[in-house]
Amino acid sequence: MSDRPAMQPIISIAGLSKIYAGGFAALKGVDLDIRRGEIFALLGPNGAGKTTLISIVCGLVNPTAGRVTVGGHDIIRDYRAARAMIGLVPQELTTDAFESVWNTVSFSRGLFGKPSNPAYIEEVLKALSLWGKKNARLVSLSGGMKRRVLIAKALSHEPQILFLDEPTAGVDVELRHDMWQLVRRLRDTGVTVILTTHYIEEAEEMADRVGVISKGELILVEDKEALMRKFGGKRLTLQLAAPLAQIPPALARYGLVLGKGGSELVYHYEGEGGGQDTAIADLLQDLGRAGIGFADLHTEQRSLEEIFVGLVSEREQNQTGEQG
Amino acid sequence: MNWQAVRAIYHFEMARTRRTLLQSVLAPVISTSLYFVVFGSAIGGYIPEVEGVSYGAFIVPGLIMLNLLTQSVSNATFAIFFPKFSRTIYEVLSAPISHFEIVASYVGAAATKAIMLSLIILATAALFVPLRIEHPLWMLFFLVLTALTFSLLGFILGIWADNFEKLQLVPLLVITPLTFLGGSFYSIDMLPPAWRTVSLFNPVVYLVSGFRWSFYGSADVAVGISIGMALLFLAVFIAIVMWMFRTGYRLKP
Repeated sequence: MSDRPAMQPIISIAGLSKIYAGGFAALKGVDLDIRRGEIFALLGPNGAGKTTLISIVCGLVNPTAGRVTVGGHDIIRDYRAARAMIGLVPQELTTDAFESVWNTVSFSRGLFGKPSNPAYIEEVLKALSLWGKKNARLVSLSGGMKRRVLIAKALSHEPQILFLDEPTAGVDVELRHDMWQLVRRLRDTGVTVILTTHYIEEAEEMADRVGVISKGELILVEDKEALMRKFGGKRLTLQLAAPLAQIPPALARYGLVLGKGGSELVYHYEGEGGGQDTAIADLLQDLGRAGIGFADLHTEQRSLEEIFVGLVSEREQNQTGEQG
Repeated sequence: MNWQAVRAIYHFEMARTRRTLLQSVLAPVISTSLYFVVFGSAIGGYIPEVEGVSYGAFIVPGLIMLNLLTQSVSNATFAIFFPKFSRTIYEVLSAPISHFEIVASYVGAAATKAIMLSLIILATAALFVPLRIEHPLWMLFFLVLTALTFSLLGFILGIWADNFEKLQLVPLLVITPLTFLGGSFYSIDMLPPAWRTVSLFNPVVYLVSGFRWSFYGSADVAVGISIGMALLFLAVFIAIVMWMFRTGYRLKP
């Protein structure tokens, strides 16, 4: 799939702006292409414009300016073809109270213009561990189960694109892992998945590409791996055998940081390809020469969360700098 | 045309009725029966014939109209207000379905329910008073046209209302008075001339009059005018709904 030449993006967003009636600018000229078959994570703090972006693509909010095509279909002029490709799982748990699981999922399929197909609905319900609850009324379900129902509704018409708006907000660990598995399975069948989240763990775990949105602007779109390499960096932590009062001058060039009352030594360095391949070996030798022993050590990758927080706050500082 | 979607919404709405069959059918039947007992038998005995029919029989078309109007409005109002309130409307708005199809399915279902109910009330009435229907096809025409028109009005109110108070406001302050003053229980010819003229500004008068004509062949206003007015209301409400969808009024920010 991925080696197909010059693949058209499945969703193409150009110059998309949204100013709400109150004057609030939720999106400011967003350009974004989503590739067919990828898992794209849209990261951003609350109020950044993630839900507005999704809502415009799905037809829930009218754009102020800009153009969106889904599978080559304009979302306004050719809304039927565009929307038929999309399944949306909204952020809020919005379900009818008195419908049964089976009925509500079948309803969704009909709504999207597909003839009824009980076998397929059964498959979806089983995949989401909802089969045992198929006759239960929605009001009797737990929050996690309702979330599964919303996913089942979104998948009921066999969409090629699945939007998950904050899919794991308030969801227990088990369901979260189930959901990740499901998303991967969907991707394997060629479904494009776009998820918004402010749980970075989720993006880190699943996404092929990551977009960071802040205050209505897309500030970065990058392959996750590349992003981790570019901004990631690594951290080496040494548990010292005996606490240090201060870092010996001989080790000054490493920029070490003492932590936990002097019993921990932290070293930041670039990851692979950073031109510091021998840095750790050098450091350990120098430590030996300085007579500093350590009981344990571990290295860790800087998480996407740290990268993300760094990016957003850096941008905010720049902006206040410009204004001041 | 996305027939699957229209069918899905229509069935969904009708299923809601089946779940609440008792209160949605039994309640109007009981209240109508009470009207017959009170107006038809208890008081009606003292009222002379109106336009050649007994008072009990005279009020049947008006009573049916009264139910048809209130049921059409409330069915359609709730049908669209609740999804809006519970936010489940997102699904309909994100579906590959046109505005026309959305309106047709919700209004169609609301009108169907109101018509079914009216026919049940008609059958109930037949148990109490001797009925005759001179123009059955015209009767059905008025029934369907009125149900559609006022379901549309209900749909408009359901979109407009953003809280439960507003939901009750229009039916209580506008529709109920209009139906009671619309000649359901009397011929507007019985009114003093000045009030008769005022009554002509009440749209319900035309519907009740036309509907009663289809039963007994006599009307307060010419049938042609009744039909024309009914079509006019329909056109006005269609225009309002179209405007609402085009601008996304209270549906799409």
